Amino acid sequence: MGLVMPDFGLLFWMVLSFSLLMWLLGKFAWKPILTALSAREDSIEKALKSAELAKNEMVKLQAGNEKLLKEAIMERERIVKEARELKDSIVRDAKNVAVTEANKVMEEAKSAIARERTEAVNEMKSVISSFSIDIAEKILKEHLSDSKKQKDLVANYLENIKLN
Amino acid sequence: MSHKKPEMLKAFRIFIILYALGTSSILAAKAQEHKIAGAEPASEKFNASKLIMEHIADSYEWHIAKFGDTHVSLPLPVILYSSHTGFHFFISNKFHHGTESYSGFRIAGEESKYKGKVVEVAADGTEMRPYDFSITKNVMSLFFSIFFLFLIFFSIAKRYKEGFDRAPKGIQSWLEPIVIFVRDDVVKASIGEEKYRKYLPYLLTVFFFILINNVMGLIPILPGGANLTGNIAVTMILALFTFAIISFSGSKDYYMHIVNAPGIPWWLKLPIPLMPIVEIMGVFTKPFVLMVRLFANITAGHIIALGFYSLIFIFGEKSVYAGLGVSIVSILFTIFMGLLELLVAFIQAYVFTLLSALYIGMALEQHHEHAGESH
Repeated sequence: MGLVMPDFGLLFWMVLSFSLLMWLLGKFAWKPILTALSAREDSIEKALKSAELAKNEMVKLQAGNEKLLKEAIMERERIVKEARELKDSIVRDAKNVAVTEANKVMEEAKSAIARERTEAVNEMKSVISSFSIDIAEKILKEHLSDSKKQKDLVANYLENIKLN
Repeated sequence: MSHKKPEMLKAFRIFIILYALGTSSILAAKAQEHKIAGAEPASEKFNASKLIMEHIADSYEWHIAKFGDTHVSLPLPVILYSSHTGFHFFISNKFHHGTESYSGFRIAGEESKYKGKVVEVAADGTEMRPYDFSITKNVMSLFFSIFFLFLIFFSIAKRYKEGFDRAPKGIQSWLEPIVIFVRDDVVKASIGEEKYRKYLPYLLTVFFFILINNVMGLIPILPGGANLTGNIAVTMILALFTFAIISFSGSKDYYMHIVNAPGIPWWLKLPIPLMPIVEIMGVFTKPFVLMVRLFANITAGHIIALGFYSLIFIFGEKSVYAGLGVSIVSILFTIFMGLLELLVAFIQAYVFTLLSALYIGMALEQHHEHAGESH
């Protein structure tokens, strides 16, 4: 049957043209197409990988930021606390200093007053003694004749001049 | 479901058009029959098997249409080498559609064993086949398909050369997934990651060559309509290419496996080399099966599609109304067959490529250990 008997002519042309087809397509079509396809796939893969990397980096960065923020908050709280403590201590110190200063001033005042008083007493004593000398002089001048009277008078005066 | 409606309407319109074409051809056939009824009624009877065989066989002219008694066909070059008279080159219209002889050559008639082929007629009337390099319908179709392949793939390749980062456009975006499919799911899967690159150009060429010729075979008019992939010579060459690649790239293990298949009891090999004979047969049946599968599938598709068309004319000969009635069924079946053949066109291209790749992969395989391997 003719259907299953290959024709010589067609065999010949088929070998010739199919070889040519394969050679030319391989050289001018498949090579650039397949190279471009694999290059594209590579670039897509690379892009996906770098995107994944960037995502991870981002997550890391975010975690870092959060940590930093937490640390900052803690730092702030610490500083505020320290400041408050410092303020309290300053106030306390100031109070203490004021109290001691006041005490010192009071003490000094007290001692000054005491000193003044003794001085005054001493002065008064000297004044009184000079008075008494003056009085004695006057009495001496008036009652020098009557010795008895004189004696009484002196005794009287001395009695009266008591240190108050 | 409202969006379905226009599609249905469109399909219905296409059906009406095809139906009108079908019926008009019946009427034409009928009219023709009436016209020549007086002259020679016996020979003009519709012969379905003759019509089908003429369609699937090769021819020295490309028949396009027939109006009444006038054939419209493209005459093709005839190239012959006769051992007596040397080279001959002429156009096939010198034969006047096979009715006349030209410089000692003629197209052999129905009763000859070289039916439909150019023969050299000797002085005593015996017919001899010269070496026939004619550009027949199939050769012409082969050239057309190769031309289209060049046209398509060179233009695509140009786009790819412009840079891989450009988005696919037009026919490129339609073919790129197919190229990737063949590369990844056919060739890489069968041959393996390391060695597939070397065989990829051949297998891609085979795939697209078979595909374009299958599809062109479904297109009824020039440049389609030839039954190229349903021709045994074409499938034979394709199978031989695969066979040559398998044989040349076969590993040592592949040949050792043929001579001394591992895991087989020795008595199947030693006194009578039973297994080696089976294995050697296997080496040749692989390409043989590739050849026959493609040839038979495509030819069968053409025969069935033409058979359904012939039914119209067979019934039309009995009565015009029977022909009209049958034509509805016939055209529906032919549309169905056309779609099925379109599917087959893809499947056969895929199967030929896949099996070629698998055979190449098997020939390349290197067995490092046979333990735990089952055959």
